[in-house]
Amino acid sequence: MIKRKVVLRFPAAVVELPFIYTLAREFDVVANILKANINPRKEGSMVVELSAEDEKYEAAVNYLQSRGIVILPLEQQIIWVEDRCTQCGACTVICPTNALWMKRPEMTVSFCSEKCVVCEQCLKACPARAVEALYLAGE
Amino acid sequence: MKQLRTIKEINEKIAKGKVVVATAEEIVSMVAEKGVEKTARQVDVVTTGTFGPMCSSGAFLNLGHTTPRMRMSKVYLNGVNAYAGIAAVDVYLGATEIPETDPANSVFPGAFNYGGAHVIEDLLSGKKVLLEATSYGTNCYPLQKLEKWITLDDIKDAYLFNPRNCYQNYNVAVNLSDRTIYTYMGILKPHLGNANYCSAGQLSPLLNDLLYRTIGVGTKIFLGGGVGYVAWHGTQHNPHAPRTEGGVPRGGAGTLALIGDLKQMSPKYLRGVSFLGYGVSMQVGVGVPIPILDEEILQFTAVSDEEILAPIVDYSEAYPQGTEEILGEVSYAELKSGTIVIRGKEVPTAPLSSYPKAKEIAETLKQWILKGEFTLTEPVAALPSAEFAVNFARQPEKE
Ligand code: SF4
Ligand code: SF4
Repeated sequence: MIKRKVVLRFPAAVVELPFIYTLAREFDVVANILKANINPRKEGSMVVELSAEDEKYEAAVNYLQSRGIVILPLEQQIIWVEDRCTQCGACTVICPTNALWMKRPEMTVSFCSEKCVVCEQCLKACPARAVEALYLAGE
Repeated sequence: MKQLRTIKEINEKIAKGKVVVATAEEIVSMVAEKGVEKTARQVDVVTTGTFGPMCSSGAFLNLGHTTPRMRMSKVYLNGVNAYAGIAAVDVYLGATEIPETDPANSVFPGAFNYGGAHVIEDLLSGKKVLLEATSYGTNCYPLQKLEKWITLDDIKDAYLFNPRNCYQNYNVAVNLSDRTIYTYMGILKPHLGNANYCSAGQLSPLLNDLLYRTIGVGTKIFLGGGVGYVAWHGTQHNPHAPRTEGGVPRGGAGTLALIGDLKQMSPKYLRGVSFLGYGVSMQVGVGVPIPILDEEILQFTAVSDEEILAPIVDYSEAYPQGTEEILGEVSYAELKSGTIVIRGKEVPTAPLSSYPKAKEIAETLKQWILKGEFTLTEPVAALPSAEFAVNFARQPEKE
């Protein structure tokens, strides 16, 4: 079983192609779309989590490439939106690495991206939704 | 007790630009340095502040009459139901209301991304909000359906009315069970994984006026970035809660019902928040000025984090089952250090209530008073209080 988050880049010609449907129907691949975007030039990019049996995953990747879709490994990054942060500290007891931490006695919260392991636990633990995940395609 | 000054005299000093104001944080060290008598003679007003999730909040809105007229019986703002069981175009939008389409906790733990508090924040941010209203129609109010985008400017009257804010002290929430629980006190990890508390401690309004000697009905305050008033004692107001010898409640005690013009407020001090697996709430910023009329009032404002104790409550069992059982008491000084010890285990703490924002509010209110933009009011009625002989000499016993 393979489960992988990837970035798919596809040219304008493919935008109309129901490839997510084909993945499910012909390759038994479950594609969970995390983010999708189509630019004004009609080129698309999509962050998906693909899960399938090993051989079927390979076949699905071949199918996507044969249609001109580029598959890139995903790099995620956590963005702390300081302006939205209300310094409530809720994330600081949830973050496993102290990337989000509270300076005492000032009681102010800061984010240290080097310590972040992108476990995403803070995303929903933050009541003010001040942390966001950014998906980048690694080349 | 000898009266040092009246509210009228303080207001005269404000008008002349001669008033002396300190925040509830500054006053602690001032009293420690100069003593009660000297500080009381010097300082006219102490400003307090708090900024935390306060679920019992919401806004009365008058949506304005339409042509033809409508007696709105069901009203939604961005999909969030506002209570319309009052006059034709009046509604009450509760902070914790969620859209009927929200899956809530059917997929556990629910995310609760949007609710009444977010609608209030969106309105304050100048965003357009979708108003949908239906009615059964009457001879005098024939219109039966309305759908339009509105902004805060299109709303005729909008005032915040929060039935319970500013809890005087609160629980420290922990989880003794073996699985993560999702509460209004945030995510609580199993086996005492973390301890969440929710009070600004020494800066918090009612922890500076322990027996409600100056805060009463009609007291003018900082509310959500604008000016508001104490409308009444809040729901669940309990002046008879157990207290330390210094008069500090050892858990939730007094509360305030607050009112103020929403149109003056700012999204900086009224924020929609989502508690995973629990629901929506609103972070509310409140600041209350305390006139130093005599030495006892000053001594109350000088109560420090070391002297304020909060009960530790297990939210996996004791709280939901409503047993009164507590696991001990800790001071806000210990809570603010970042770790407390419960049953021999070091447990990391998180405040939920923002201390930097509370400080910012106390400081803003101080500046308003110093600049002569904000005067003090005499309460028109007292809040229910307790008969309590305070012993300032004795510190509360620690755990
Ligand atoms: S993603 Fe994980 S490691 Fe990174 S800040 Fe959030 S909780 Fe901490
Ligand atoms: S939980 Fe969110 S709002 Fe609270 S301190 Fe962390 S990032 Fe800031």
